[in-house]
Amino acid sequence: MGYPHKQHPRETPILSKYFGDPEARTLAGWKARGGYKALPQALATDPVAIQNVVKESGLRGRGGAGFPCGLKWSFMKIGDGKPHYLCCNADESEPGTFKDREIMRWTPHALIEGCAIASHAIGAETCYIYIRGEFTQPIAVMEAALEEARAAGIIGPNACGSGKTINIWVHRGAGAYICGEETALMNSIEGRRGNPRIKPPFPAVAGVFGMPTTVNNVETLTAVPHILNNGAEWYKAMSLNNPKSTGSKLFSVCGNVARPGNYEVPMGFPFKEFLYDLCGGPLPGRKFKAIIPGGSSVPVITIEEAEQVKMDYEGFMEFGTMLGSGGVIIFDDAQSMPKQLARLARFYAHESCAQCTQCREGTAWMTKILERIVAGQGTFEDLDTIFELTENMTGKTICVLSDSCGAPVTSGITRFRGEFEALITGKRSSTVAVG
Amino acid sequence: MSHGPSASGGSVAQPIPGHHHDEPYVPVFAPGSAPRAKLDDILTRYPTKQAGLLPALWIVQDERGWVSEHAMKEVGDVLGLTAAYVKGVVTFYTMYHQHPVGKYFIQVCTTSCCNCMGAEDVVKAFLEKTGCGELGLTSADGKYTVIEVECLGACGFATPIMVNDDFIDSVSVEKVPEILKKYA
Repeated sequence: MGYPHKQHPRETPILSKYFGDPEARTLAGWKARGGYKALPQALATDPVAIQNVVKESGLRGRGGAGFPCGLKWSFMKIGDGKPHYLCCNADESEPGTFKDREIMRWTPHALIEGCAIASHAIGAETCYIYIRGEFTQPIAVMEAALEEARAAGIIGPNACGSGKTINIWVHRGAGAYICGEETALMNSIEGRRGNPRIKPPFPAVAGVFGMPTTVNNVETLTAVPHILNNGAEWYKAMSLNNPKSTGSKLFSVCGNVARPGNYEVPMGFPFKEFLYDLCGGPLPGRKFKAIIPGGSSVPVITIEEAEQVKMDYEGFMEFGTMLGSGGVIIFDDAQSMPKQLARLARFYAHESCAQCTQCREGTAWMTKILERIVAGQGTFEDLDTIFELTENMTGKTICVLSDSCGAPVTSGITRFRGEFEALITGKRSSTVAVG
Repeated sequence: MSHGPSASGGSVAQPIPGHHHDEPYVPVFAPGSAPRAKLDDILTRYPTKQAGLLPALWIVQDERGWVSEHAMKEVGDVLGLTAAYVKGVVTFYTMYHQHPVGKYFIQVCTTSCCNCMGAEDVVKAFLEKTGCGELGLTSADGKYTVIEVECLGACGFATPIMVNDDFIDSVSVEKVPEILKKYA
């Protein structure tokens, strides 16, 4: 369902089927809707067999990187005698993304089942769901659902009567975008500043508390019970474009659009039909201008480019951008691109953990230069400086926050250079409201 | 987090004038107290005591409304950490208040997705109607503090705000007076 709007007939509601249905939040309600079928069976199945089904399904990480989920799980050496951990990444802080919030708010048990299955599949007895501190309602809903699941013996010391221990706890963040980066997330759980760690070692070798760890996004984990119930072939068959992108994907749509919300479509769905049919097109009297399709960290594309995109990992790549987290940010012809990109740069400057010089200084300078241009005090040299800065900020830091600041900005300047030049020369475009 | 050459403007909450940080400190985690029992229970979930730090700071903020230097020392003593270490963590995370804030702490999302839908006007309306005037300052009656916040993760419901722990989405300028009536 395109919550908060009615489900569109062209959606494929698998994860989002019960968004907006408060009864789906309770254990009884969730069981009546087909929940907790996969878990008891999974607990009686060899972990490697579950890894293989997920590998076969082609499920890729929905948090942004798109790493194959089954492959990630197979890095965990079952029976190595060490405690293993699962961390569910529910730090959802990428501007434009609000799908995990709805999964947790409406279908908490779907995530619990996914977490429990994944814990078993990687040999973990403990799972932490790291939820960003601002998500007070999702935290309350998840805590209540976990309490119910524990009381019913679904999770806990003898999960579903299997004799296996699966403990799941909520760990509340405290306001830091960077904690969505998996190694920063682990540091945050350990009671440290959320600074990302240098990799290697990768989490599967030395993760949270120095032990083998897997970090998966909420949406990825929620898809797992469906894959086990319906089979890998069913999941693969949903793909409309490239066989490397399988299953359905939740896209969060926001910005200047008639019907913002979450929409679930099969991978490879035509973006043009998605934008104009499902999301209702632009606001009255306006035209779409630019789109950041995968959360604010990916390059911005023009509406003309977007109309040709097939919505999957490869489809977005073809136009120089990424599917990312599926957070679709739409700007229309009433928006100033320099102003919006300056605001985005400010986000990254605020959220930099400040470990790496390139990021700490680069994001702050990027913001200052862009804000100067927006104020009508920029020079042509400033535009060159931004590209130089971006080069120094890309691929040179511990994590990719720094790269993520440069990507939307430089792609924006490349595609909408006229708007920047108009501000520099003092000839503001008449169609652009510059604030 | 905020640091270095600040590009984030003045959205860090400022101390309330006249409020002293050196008032006598009453411990939060006294043995036998409810917060101590809550923390002890949380500590069973982790293999290290240090992992209880974020939860412990949340308990402090729930109890006291902010995290004072005294509280940082107390949390450090309980968890076997130095006060300096605890402060390092507190200052990293934006949600822990290092100064007392107004009775109603209002955070308005102004990142791009909300910005292009008029979030700046919502901020202005809150500053005006609460009497705060400036971001991060507390109104003279001690009731309100308004700050801009980075992405609240409800972008399709522009503009989302938080009033203390309450999350309110789809806020427009017109709705501001009605919201403030609820938090009077």
